[in-house]
Amino acid sequence: MLILASQIVIGAADLCAAFLFMFGLKQMSSPATAPSGIRVAGVGMVAAVAASFLYLLTIDAAARPHMAVNIGLAVTALLIGGVGAWFVGRKVAMTAMPQMVAIYNGMGGGAAGSIAAVELFGGRTQGVTQLVVTLLGGLIGAVSLSGSLIAWAKLDGVINKPLRVKGQQILNAVLMSAAVAAGGVIVYGGIVGATPLFYPVTWICVFFAFALVFGVAMTLPIGGADMPVVISIYNAFTGLAVGLEGFVLQNPALMIAGMVVGAAGLLLTVIMAKAMNRSIANVLFTNFGEAAKTKPGAIQGSERPEEASDAAIKMRYAASVIIVPGYGLAAAHAQQKLYEFVKLLLAAKVSVKFAIHPVAGRMPGQMDVLLAEAGVPYDMIFQLDDINDDFATADVALVIGANDVVNPAARTDKSSPIFGMPILNADKAKQVYVIKRGQGKGYSGIVNALFYAPNCNMVYGDAQAVLIKMIEAVRGLGAAAA
Amino acid sequence: MSFDIAMTGFVALYIFMLAGFAGWVIIGNVPAILHTPLMSGSNFVHGIVVVGGLYALFNASTPLEQGIGFFAVLLGAGNAAGGYAVTDRMLAMFKTSDAKPKAAHHHGHGKVHHLKKKS
Repeated sequence: MLILASQIVIGAADLCAAFLFMFGLKQMSSPATAPSGIRVAGVGMVAAVAASFLYLLTIDAAARPHMAVNIGLAVTALLIGGVGAWFVGRKVAMTAMPQMVAIYNGMGGGAAGSIAAVELFGGRTQGVTQLVVTLLGGLIGAVSLSGSLIAWAKLDGVINKPLRVKGQQILNAVLMSAAVAAGGVIVYGGIVGATPLFYPVTWICVFFAFALVFGVAMTLPIGGADMPVVISIYNAFTGLAVGLEGFVLQNPALMIAGMVVGAAGLLLTVIMAKAMNRSIANVLFTNFGEAAKTKPGAIQGSERPEEASDAAIKMRYAASVIIVPGYGLAAAHAQQKLYEFVKLLLAAKVSVKFAIHPVAGRMPGQMDVLLAEAGVPYDMIFQLDDINDDFATADVALVIGANDVVNPAARTDKSSPIFGMPILNADKAKQVYVIKRGQGKGYSGIVNALFYAPNCNMVYGDAQAVLIKMIEAVRGLGAAAA
Repeated sequence: MSFDIAMTGFVALYIFMLAGFAGWVIIGNVPAILHTPLMSGSNFVHGIVVVGGLYALFNASTPLEQGIGFFAVLLGAGNAAGGYAVTDRMLAMFKTSDAKPKAAHHHGHGKVHHLKKKS
């Protein structure tokens, strides 16, 4: 009776969790409802975790003597993992969000891989299907763990350049095959029964070792600029691993949550790859930096500098200004100053909009978060498709810390490595100002034709310093007028 | 009557298919402006793996299994709690222009008081 009741409670809590997760994600279709979405999903999580303590009523006979220890371990792990990650998550800077997401993602992958390991070491899987699914989930989870950790190291700057060896792809293929082969041996052992040659523990260790090394070897050669795509992929991987382990544990909440996240990660990966005009395979197996060698002197003319104050006054008397922020804005910690300047323009009845490219920032949508953090209302923030036609009628386009995403070569120059990538049409504005540290090339090393265009002027300097000058220039006008 | 859940073969595949499809459609409706919180939010959702970790740990009977089970719960709990914390924080930042009085008050704090005193 007690066992039946516990099954009902666990089943109901998991069902409720699965529903609340889906509903919560659905609430994210608008910034207005999104905050309630995550809270709703949080309630589902707490319910599912609390209910899972009822598993204690139906545990294996072999585990019964260890019950007290296991409960102690579980509570300790929940407290350390939960409280620790909570405080880090509350404190971390918004610019560091991509590496944070990478870490949390790796943790999920590691947890899924660990569940696979417990099931395998304990010999609990029944039948070939379960064994294969456990291994598959374990493989994907382990790759996601080690891959995400490398992605974290790259985003955090611990590793600051792609590391590649000759024959990298062959090495990766060998590592992957070795992991799959070890998995094959485990399955074979599962069918014929363990023999000294197929002693499972050894092979399980070999399997996980190769899977972890493969995750490292696969991620190391990928350049920092491609990390948004990589995080999306690993997000999908972890979701998939969780879903597969959910099948092994016969837990539909894990299956549904995992598969929803898997689909979400895949969709975001596709969106990101499209925004960079590259295939997913191209991101994973080649490197952007290598192709980005444009012949020098291909562009005629020179960059024309402009004083920050002159540019600011021109914008103050413009009817409409569109701002194109890139990661350079955040790198200079200038978002607050930018919004301060924008508020002055708004007060002077200038129409101001922000135009965001899908790959602005280090992960999808990061620039939107950074602007929101600075206080910019989201109805001023527009995405590429929604704003690209407005540039033609805008008086000024102000480009700050962005480069490739406004390079018209993507539209016209077939030899350019970014040819075909969708760009923001900043060059179509009557006047373009580009705030830039110096005359060098951008992150990808591609010459930007926009900077040499007749309607473009360069405002050189650190973004924050330039914006402070701009604010002073406009404030000075206001005082004079009054 | 049994409330034991059994999902084998095709039933499991149906669940995967429907969940994957639902995820694709739901996520497809999320605007690009929310893609970062969406990613950390979906990150939080796969933190449900902590439930699987708890199940594995409760059924562990050797030190090895207990160790790995502990690790699973530790990582899963970190995934869920951290994912929630950052997502909630980010989503709280998104405001409309309508919410401006608050923002204006915050930024122009000194000025507001100054004007009040004058009048």
